[in-house]
Amino acid sequence: MAILQSFPLQHFLIIAAMLFCLGIYVILTRKNAVAILMGVELILNATNINLVALSRYVANDISGQVFAVFVIILAAAEAAVALAIIINIYQNFKTVDVDKTDELKG
Amino acid sequence: MSNSEIIYTVIFYVFGLLTIGSACIVAFSRNILHSAFALLLTFFGVAGLYVFLQADFLAAAQVVIYVGGILVLILFAVMLTNKITDIHMSNPATKPWLAAPLVLIVFAGLTWLIVKTDWAVVETAKLISEPTVEKIGYAIMGKYLLPFELISVLLLGALLGAAYLARPKKKD
Repeated sequence: MAILQSFPLQHFLIIAAMLFCLGIYVILTRKNAVAILMGVELILNATNINLVALSRYVANDISGQVFAVFVIILAAAEAAVALAIIINIYQNFKTVDVDKTDELKG
Repeated sequence: MSNSEIIYTVIFYVFGLLTIGSACIVAFSRNILHSAFALLLTFFGVAGLYVFLQADFLAAAQVVIYVGGILVLILFAVMLTNKITDIHMSNPATKPWLAAPLVLIVFAGLTWLIVKTDWAVVETAKLISEPTVEKIGYAIMGKYLLPFELISVLLLGALLGAAYLARPKKKD
């Protein structure tokens, strides 16, 4: 059964804005590389909510949903590569603290 | 409001609160394992919001890919990169007093924009409310074929790259 009732567009956008800001906060404050990756995932989810909500309420088609599918695929690829890099960093430095892995710093 | 409308409204705001509340745990927890498990609830909450946006395919994909794939990867990374003994303080925050005002300013700006903008919302009667799987399939195989092919090449590249990066080094 379809949910016929529709909620205001602004509520979705504000939830997405909150998710986005929490993601930015995570990226700004965390030192653990895995935690920073979680922040990126939060931001991608916020983007997806915006894409789907705007494509439903403003464009009224499914183009936004197709883009959201692409974003999910990109997030999966990004997570796989980033975690492989993080595990390599851990093997080399015995830490995932992004402040301590500064060997390339001049 | 009828009975079912009240129920839908309650469920909607429960999903919204679930999403935001667990995202707050992700952001503020000092234990990275708690953050990772709270991320699970965030992804579920977002899947629920997709259902309210009539995006049934995306809701399923969100649960399968994010919860089943990405979250398991993140949990693996947490377990592999932290010792069990120091996991309680594994997620220290730096300079939250500097980041918090900045983020609050950004959020205030976004909220102001969202409330003030006159969104060209389509009237409720014209909104499409039918299953989207078929339409997404036609769109991916028709109008968006080139991005679809590009992203499949990218996925292959990411797969090979991740396997190459993560394999053990040969000793010679």
